[in-house]
Amino acid sequence: MAVSELKFVPASEFKQRTGAAVADPHLRRSFRTAMDYLMAKRAAQFPDSAALERQRALAEHIRKYSLSRLPDLLEQLERQLTANGIQVHWAENGEQANAIIVGIAKAHAAKLMVKGKSMVSEETELNAAMEAAGIEALECDMGEYIVQLDGEKPSHIIMPAIHKTKQQIAKLFAEKVPGASYTESVDELIGIGRALLREKFMSAEIGLSGVNFAVAETGTLCLVENEGNGRMCTSVPDVHVAITGIEKVVEKLEHVPPLFGLLTRSATGQAITTYFNMISRRRQPGERDGPKEVHLVLLDNGRTQAYADEQLRTTLQCIRCGACMNHCPVYTRVGGHAYGTTYPGPIGEIFSPHSMGLATTHALPTASTLCGACAEVCPVKIPIPELLIRLRGDATHPASPGHAPLAGQGAAASLLMNVVWGAWATVYSRPALYRAVTWLATRLRALTPPIQSGWTRSRTPLKAARRTLHEELARRRGK
Amino acid sequence: MSARERILRRLRAAPQSLAPLPPDVCGFYAAERKRSAGDDRTQRIARFCGQMAGWHGEVIPVTRGSWAQTLRQLCIAKKVGSLLYGRNTPYAKVLEDAGIGGLTPYDRPVDVWKTDLFRDIDAGFTTTRGAIAETGTLIVWPDANEPRLLSLVPPIHFALLDADQLHGTLIEAMTAQGWGAAATPMPSNALLISGPSKTSDIQVTVAYGAHGPKELIVLLLVGEGEL
Ligand code: SF4
Repeated sequence: MAVSELKFVPASEFKQRTGAAVADPHLRRSFRTAMDYLMAKRAAQFPDSAALERQRALAEHIRKYSLSRLPDLLEQLERQLTANGIQVHWAENGEQANAIIVGIAKAHAAKLMVKGKSMVSEETELNAAMEAAGIEALECDMGEYIVQLDGEKPSHIIMPAIHKTKQQIAKLFAEKVPGASYTESVDELIGIGRALLREKFMSAEIGLSGVNFAVAETGTLCLVENEGNGRMCTSVPDVHVAITGIEKVVEKLEHVPPLFGLLTRSATGQAITTYFNMISRRRQPGERDGPKEVHLVLLDNGRTQAYADEQLRTTLQCIRCGACMNHCPVYTRVGGHAYGTTYPGPIGEIFSPHSMGLATTHALPTASTLCGACAEVCPVKIPIPELLIRLRGDATHPASPGHAPLAGQGAAASLLMNVVWGAWATVYSRPALYRAVTWLATRLRALTPPIQSGWTRSRTPLKAARRTLHEELARRRGK
Repeated sequence: MSARERILRRLRAAPQSLAPLPPDVCGFYAAERKRSAGDDRTQRIARFCGQMAGWHGEVIPVTRGSWAQTLRQLCIAKKVGSLLYGRNTPYAKVLEDAGIGGLTPYDRPVDVWKTDLFRDIDAGFTTTRGAIAETGTLIVWPDANEPRLLSLVPPIHFALLDADQLHGTLIEAMTAQGWGAAATPMPSNALLISGPSKTSDIQVTVAYGAHGPKELIVLLLVGEGEL
């Protein structure tokens, strides 16, 4: 697949795309149905809200503790993995990460890389880099396989093809999978994918995976999945490359169960996934299968920027469960593709400004009603609405004293907005002026224009009252 | 300066006004356990079976004397023409003597028979290190005798589980078995398995047999009186 075929859209055009998304009834139905289902499944896993709060407090504590020791834990992880025979690489951005992986693939003269689900590799656009180097990168998670087949990007971090109906997938398979005939049976569709991808697992020289938790003390990479493609990619090919953000490390093995338990319950409402795959070594002497070489790529890509500020650092507590998007009224209406970022929904709104800069993502933090549903369900208690407000400020203002500017700081600053808010602040901080202005506004109400930009497209025009509030109160007291 | 050094330098330069104490995970679970009613062996077995059924896994109670014959009958009923297993496990001898047709040891590196493994093997048999009742989960640590693909590639996975090794929760299993301790370091690959492989990627409809086994059948070793 050529790079140009990707239907990936620039994050900067978010606002234009939301209009098209909300006007698409099929898309809205797909998301509404799926999100309602996922919300109900999650709720059923947490019947005891007090118990849930205790678990969330522990999970938040573990993530905050791990982040507070992040550089030490990364070094410990590297030492332990190296001692276990796993090679560790560091990348500051997506290009570096891709170059490392292309390098490993070339060293093995690889023609095919099979990929387990990895959002970090989506973040670095690894597939395009592999294709450019002449190596096929094949997504093997069923959902990822479907979106790749259609030249798309995932629209949800846990359920990549959630925007598609089974009829659309049936048509896609019939058109693009050699030998597949049209069927709307989900079992048959999965059977087609299974048969095709099993051939690929056998022939691939390299398998790629993400990482859900990396345990520093034991040098263990943990992968959470249902399908078994993650196990295939990490056990069948001769080389396994794992890629992860630097924030995924925890100190001890015992820190994993609380996070894992909340991850699967929050994500898909499952008490546990089919597989929890813990990898600590490559194939050892005497072992008959498993990769002969294992690599881990640690990616920064803006994470150190979030880390540099103690408020923004909470973004890195994320365990990528997707619950915030499942519960977001905006995400449910516009769908994942509208965002144009790897991570859509609330987590994308607070993370993408670091990985991509505010210049292209400044509209994302405004895509929220600040209803707070995301923070309420977040298993690691990230204060998402507070971060959204903070980033709205960073998008429109210079950094406050003592804070380093973020990439693209102030990118959305506008003279008009500054003038309007400046005038508002002046009027509201001077009582006499405030009374004069409101008096004038009520007296000139007949001049209010009937068409008021976007407001009147679906609402009645705004009009000042006949009298100011002060006048009205004085009148009532007088009575 | 390398990428590694630059990343670590940026992390070390960040302010650290709060330094949380190490979380007391074991203390947390001990307190949670006190709140719950507690469970005995019978309840744990019932819990495990119920949860495993929820994952579409089948649990068949067997005894030390009967399991191999039960497995043989299952293979006949399911038309298993080739059953892959690991040599040199404590159960291998009984298995080898059970008269199961098409019994095939996984005794060569995968590299020399990958295609046959993927195309010709109908079922795989593994032992387990125990299980977790709370979530209906098998603990499987592949090794030189029972390689990783034994529980992944064949369309049916038969797993032998000793009910004595049934733990309440994951943390209890980890603690009891000393995962990662000096005496029991983490193996190359350790697995938790809860049911056959599945996906809900098409319209959130669950389909079993995504990439791994389509069926998981657990032979649960219990005492004669527990059958
Ligand atoms: S921000 Fe919280 S709710 Fe959203 S994906 Fe991350 S952990 Fe899950």
